[in-house]
Amino acid sequence: MVQYSSGRLDVSFAALSDATRRGVLERLGRADASITDLADTFHMTLTGMKKHVGVLEHAGFVTTEKVGRVRTCKLGPRRLDEETAWIERYRELWASRLDELDKIVEELKQKEIVNGRKKRD
Amino acid sequence: MDARSETELAPTTNRTTTERTSDRELVVTRTFNAPARIVFEAWTTPELFKRWWVPKSLGVSLHSCELDARTGGTYRLVFGDDAATQMEFFGRYIEVIPHSRIVWTNDEGGEGGPVTTVTFEEKAGQTMLVIHDLYPSKEAADDGAGSLDGMPETLDQLDELLVSLGATAARS
Repeated sequence: MVQYSSGRLDVSFAALSDATRRGVLERLGRADASITDLADTFHMTLTGMKKHVGVLEHAGFVTTEKVGRVRTCKLGPRRLDEETAWIERYRELWASRLDELDKIVEELKQKEIVNGRKKRD
Repeated sequence: MDARSETELAPTTNRTTTERTSDRELVVTRTFNAPARIVFEAWTTPELFKRWWVPKSLGVSLHSCELDARTGGTYRLVFGDDAATQMEFFGRYIEVIPHSRIVWTNDEGGEGGPVTTVTFEEKAGQTMLVIHDLYPSKEAADDGAGSLDGMPETLDQLDELLVSLGATAARS
């Protein structure tokens, strides 16, 4: 069951597992940027940022184009939808489960308050 | 309650967050407006646990629920009322610290099962709950995260999703 497209998902998740790289995607979602812009925004060296962009590019989240001496980055053809849909299923289960738990917890809390009052009376 | 100027409305419904923090880990967090001992009680008392662990939207019933929630104790959950299609989930509590921490194994799937750690952190009358699944490998995590505890219906949905993902991957 694992094989479907898990290799591809691995690359995606590895690419998205880093806060800076997620930040870069968010930034590129607003506007294209050069590596220098991105390095400045995230207070990194050019080399460090090149590495991050390389990982995102490999995963298909970003494409880059060199014009003259400037390498411009933009969001790639790959979107986050697949990954989001996948993790969203997991979130839905936990969200509805924990909503139910919340009700029980409230109920227990109320019971405790009532019992506490009874004891005092 | 303290009067914090939260921009979020509806303080009674807290948000559930889910994150895959690494190849092998999935983390779910949620805050409850109650002390840790109450939230802990709902995790360790079978009569309470069975009322929330299987949300109605799953369409599966929890047939039986045995929790011996202490370090070294075991648990066993049986889903479905029909003996032929019942599914069992079981494992061992590695560590149980009242009102603070529960760690258990998920043994129904053999070696691929995660170790689940739940922590209860109380602050100003609220409890921050963190559910952390650590899988033995990233392949197991890929499988496990999607399988949603192996509920039959969601497994079907997962299969559909994976097939469509596979189709997408093959096209590109």
